[in-house]
Amino acid sequence: MSTQYPSPKARARSWRKPSVLPGFALTFGTTIGWLTLIVLIPIATIFLKAAGLGWQQFLEVGFSSRALAAYRLSFGTAAAAGLVNAVFGLLVAWVLVRYAFPGKQIVSALVDLPFALPTAVAGIALTALYSPNGWIGQVLEPLGIKVAFTPLGITIALVFIGLPFVVRSVEPVLADLGRDVEEAAATLGANRSQTFSRVIFPAIAPALLTGFAMAFARGVGEYGSVIFISGNMPGRTEIAPLLIVTQLEQYAYAGATAIAVVMMLVSFGILLAINALQAAGRRRMGA
Amino acid sequence: MKLRTVTEGKGTQIVLIAIALAFLAFFVLLPLISVFSEALKAGIGGFVAAIETPDALSAIKLTLLIAAISVPLNVVFGIAASWAITKYSFPGKSLLITLIDLPFSVSPVVSGLIFVLLFGANGLFGGWLAAHDLKIIFAVPGIVLATVFITFPFVARELIPLMMEQGKDDEEAALSLGANGWQTFWHVTLPNIRWGLLYGVLLCNARAMGEFGAVSVVSGHIRGETNTMPLHVEILYNEYDFVGAFAVASLLAGLALVTLVAKSVLEWRFDLHSGARH
Repeated sequence: MSTQYPSPKARARSWRKPSVLPGFALTFGTTIGWLTLIVLIPIATIFLKAAGLGWQQFLEVGFSSRALAAYRLSFGTAAAAGLVNAVFGLLVAWVLVRYAFPGKQIVSALVDLPFALPTAVAGIALTALYSPNGWIGQVLEPLGIKVAFTPLGITIALVFIGLPFVVRSVEPVLADLGRDVEEAAATLGANRSQTFSRVIFPAIAPALLTGFAMAFARGVGEYGSVIFISGNMPGRTEIAPLLIVTQLEQYAYAGATAIAVVMMLVSFGILLAINALQAAGRRRMGA
Repeated sequence: MKLRTVTEGKGTQIVLIAIALAFLAFFVLLPLISVFSEALKAGIGGFVAAIETPDALSAIKLTLLIAAISVPLNVVFGIAASWAITKYSFPGKSLLITLIDLPFSVSPVVSGLIFVLLFGANGLFGGWLAAHDLKIIFAVPGIVLATVFITFPFVARELIPLMMEQGKDDEEAALSLGANGWQTFWHVTLPNIRWGLLYGVLLCNARAMGEFGAVSVVSGHIRGETNTMPLHVEILYNEYDFVGAFAVASLLAGLALVTLVAKSVLEWRFDLHSGARH
């Protein structure tokens, strides 16, 4: 059997470093081809379609008062849920990394449940729990707290969806954090809360922010877990993704497209910010 | 350890652990328990009766079919992409990785919408498809497309860090010993990455079977034809057939639990990093 060493000439492409491993054309071609077909062309279509609307119509349907109310609700509840998760996700990550307790591995697996549980299942389960005759709802009802069919209910669904993003972002950074800096701080006379706020928190802040941003981005676009608990009243509890579906059902393609493009631009902005954050984090850690 | 001051006191630890566990119990465990409890409200008989309806059975079949088509497609893509990205150096690599991750940052509903704009009756190719009597939207191909789009990054993003870490020494050794490219891949690379690959497949499959938003937009909700399990849950729920809805939902929750157990076993036994970002 002949070896597959390529001749140096055949490999001398200027735009990539030569390699003895075969299969570049096959794998790179498959990757680019499949990516273009499944992801890039479909996404380009929606921007083309939006461009075809013209500014006037785009602003009219993309920023109608109903659409604005939906953005406010989606971004507001996603931010609120992200903040809750930033606090409790950090706590969960801290407890999982630093402390020993029985059943820890089961707890750690449970954190991933929102990734694995289909969103529609989470949606109906949360609605059943928080509706006025549900397990939690009937406790809150006499206290005058309404959860189902209010923005509070949407926030709770987004807390569920977003939790693993924060925990799984913070966990590895916390685990890698050398105990020596904490020991140094303690030796130099810092108490525990000073050590946390001056030494530990600055080191994990980029990861925490990344987790928050990912939970936020996911929350803005979330559909399945929200629509059951939200009640879907236009202008009050109608999230932006639901408004897209409503527009589609009325064959209002222009409206659906414009709202989708506004949401995508915001999501891509967040994605870019996350990448910049991670790059900054890597520089900070000296990797 | 001498420096016991570098951690919190026992009391603080217990309080923090209690708060964290209470939060998880309230926000994560309780919804999971309520799925099974609601599903069994009418007893085992009611549960079985709800699953055995023809519509539920056809939804289960469709969901399995969709996963059986879309997961292998993404496995082939994921392996090709991670081979290209980790075994060669070329400019624009980080842009390529960002583009592969793109579907994660698109709302599921928007993911469905883009295929409606392409292949729907008023879409870019709608006229051509109608003229040739082909149906993509409101049919199985549309559901497959939307699912492939949604699960596009799963396998690749598990494999890229793993293969990056493993480098290419093993492959180069195999080649220099006379193996050809395919032999190197089957006998050297694949055994090296099999657990990471399995991990990616698990996550990809869970999402493919559970996807709701994107599939809901392209499926048309035709009972017995284009209804996947999550969509069937919605229909039953909206018809106030709660036992039926939760019965089908409990099957999906069971799938999620199996996925989590398998994922944890892989993580503990093979020390795979948990994917932080999906």
